[in-house]
Amino acid sequence: MKTESKLEKVLASGALAVTSEVGPPRGAIPERVRQKANLIKDHVDAINVTDNQTAMVRMSSWAAGVIIKQMGLDPILQMVTRDRNRLAMQSDIIGAYSLGINTMMCLSGDHAKFGDHPMAKGVFDLDSIQLVQTVQKMRDKGKFQGGADIDTPPKMFIGAAANPFADPFELRVMRLAKKVKAGADFIQTQCIFNLDKFEKYMEMVCDRGLDKKVHLLAGITPMKSAGMARYMKNKVPGMDVPDEIIKRMAGVSKEKQPEEGIKIAIESIERLKQVKGVHGFHIMAIEWEEKVPQIVEKAGLFPRPAL
Amino acid sequence: MKIFEPEIVAFCCHYCAYTAADMAGSKRISYPANVKIIRVPCTGKVDAIHIMKAFEKGADGVYVAGCLQGDCHFKNGNTRAKYRVEQVQIILGDLGWEKQRVAMINMSAGMGERFARTALEFTQTIKQLGPSPIKITHTDINQQAIRF
Amino acid sequence: MITAEQKPLNEILDYISPYDRIILVGCNECVTVCAAGGRKEVGLLASALHLNFLKHGRTVEIKEITLERQCDPEYAEELVSEIDRTDAILSMACGCGVQTIAARYNEKPVFPAVNTKFMGASVSQGIWEEKCQGCGDCLLGITGGICPVARCSKHLLNGPCGGTSKGMCEIAPDVDCAWCLIWERLKALGMEKRYEEIMEAKDFRAAGGGGPRRIIRKDLSL
Ligand code: SF4
Ligand code: SF4
Ligand code: SF4
Repeated sequence: MKTESKLEKVLASGALAVTSEVGPPRGAIPERVRQKANLIKDHVDAINVTDNQTAMVRMSSWAAGVIIKQMGLDPILQMVTRDRNRLAMQSDIIGAYSLGINTMMCLSGDHAKFGDHPMAKGVFDLDSIQLVQTVQKMRDKGKFQGGADIDTPPKMFIGAAANPFADPFELRVMRLAKKVKAGADFIQTQCIFNLDKFEKYMEMVCDRGLDKKVHLLAGITPMKSAGMARYMKNKVPGMDVPDEIIKRMAGVSKEKQPEEGIKIAIESIERLKQVKGVHGFHIMAIEWEEKVPQIVEKAGLFPRPAL
Repeated sequence: MKIFEPEIVAFCCHYCAYTAADMAGSKRISYPANVKIIRVPCTGKVDAIHIMKAFEKGADGVYVAGCLQGDCHFKNGNTRAKYRVEQVQIILGDLGWEKQRVAMINMSAGMGERFARTALEFTQTIKQLGPSPIKITHTDINQQAIRF
Repeated sequence: MITAEQKPLNEILDYISPYDRIILVGCNECVTVCAAGGRKEVGLLASALHLNFLKHGRTVEIKEITLERQCDPEYAEELVSEIDRTDAILSMACGCGVQTIAARYNEKPVFPAVNTKFMGASVSQGIWEEKCQGCGDCLLGITGGICPVARCSKHLLNGPCGGTSKGMCEIAPDVDCAWCLIWERLKALGMEKRYEEIMEAKDFRAAGGGGPRRIIRKDLSL
């Protein structure tokens, strides 16, 4: 075991892991973090805490992570390279680890243009792959990115993101390989709607033997409505929503659409469970956390292993 | 009250507008004497600075008259002129002047009547706008020119 | 080359309206090529300023001078003969030129008339795009001749990010994704393998993180 991470233990046990996420509030409202975490706490192994998601200012991910930790749960600290340079990120990693956080996700982050501070300077001192390298170097070599020794290094279980659907498709597996080479222990993918394409991607992943080197959690997002499906297809960069899904959503009455969305999510999980290399699921129920338990239960992923 | 008689400069292409003006003359179609014609080999030869200088010298309005779209003898001189007129319009707009003080007009050599009509219309537009915002008399400007 | 765009006229007027005698000084190099501050633009701006002052009944002396290279002290000297007869200098060169003039003529106020934009190249007549950020440690040799520092919106050295769509960047559908271009080029060159090499974190000292940068050429300096 590289770390104390519960997620690492679950994955090492061979069980399918389940993670979900909590977006910190846009204000000093710690109760909001607790409320959201409470909704999902019994149904997931660890909880991603997003870092200024969609480039909007929110409670810092490590602070919200600490709140979740204090509840006796397991936060996954998300960290984007957009907002901090390598000094700030490393000090936050040490700080978070000192407060009990042992799992993190290394991301570059959405461009500031999409958020509420489009006039901000994007930092991008490191990119996501270099952040993975940095965290691994801190953990395994006990050294800072700059080379100096760390007195008692933070031991983080390292995650990274993958989008199997962004162009060019042929590059996606190579990019995953780069993240693995950099030191990623687990991967959470972008929301998967195009299962055929994802299965093809996973075949390529396994062909290269990457499934032996990294735990891949498939991203699942239940859709609330046909409108949301259309929006995701057309407006969210790098998202692949097949027309059949939109048709299926639009094919039922408006009141029934949320139910249909959840059904699709559950069916997706059932199908992806069979896919070689998929070691778990990351359920992103955007502003719909209360549905996570239902999805986890109906998809046969409940109860969660007690470790 | 003295009636405002604007000074208007018209840069006319030798191949079209200038010939059209000639034709208007020979056909005895009158057009306002306010319009002072400057013959150019092609409106593509008219640069933004020429238009600007005309205003500096006290012109109340300036227009560039070139061939019909697609009929330029030098391929696209009239299109270039159009962009330059737009450039001057932007500068005038920035200065808080009326953009209508400068215009691009297209016609063919045979359009003597159109020449006279546009000259009249443009003169009327400028009459409505009133004198150029320059508050210095033309004599002042000429003295200034000497000083430089 | 360095690109620039004229500042809004109002801002320029705010700077210079206290003065009666102005030197408007352009530059014959980069800003001439991008039509922001060459001889022609100097003439146009001078004319616009004249019009504005004439409207207010003022005559302001505007001396138009375009230097060969405004960032070169040798050419900056050419203003010497005029400087005593001026109240202020308005420069249409990039920031390098403005500062060279300001450093040389300490006693006169110097104002910029353009916004210096970026180091770029002309992609077609009248259109310039950013191509280089002078990072001090050029990577083009390993990125297929396409710069990720200047042309990837996130300056990613190991791109593309998950936001790329149909070869375009997530920030706008009309901005090329630098990393898609890099990949296509590497493929065309048969250098796909290179993509899998991780590019290490950049040393930003070379890019200006170590304070203002300087080049010293002993062989050339006096
Ligand atoms: S001052 Fe120097 S760098 Fe700036 S535009 Fe002129 S020649 Fe180019
Ligand atoms: S790698 Fe650096 S020096 Fe090379 S083009 Fe890009 S910014 Fe310029
Ligand atoms: S889409 Fe391409 S150019 Fe834009 S930020 Fe991502 S990698 Fe960079």
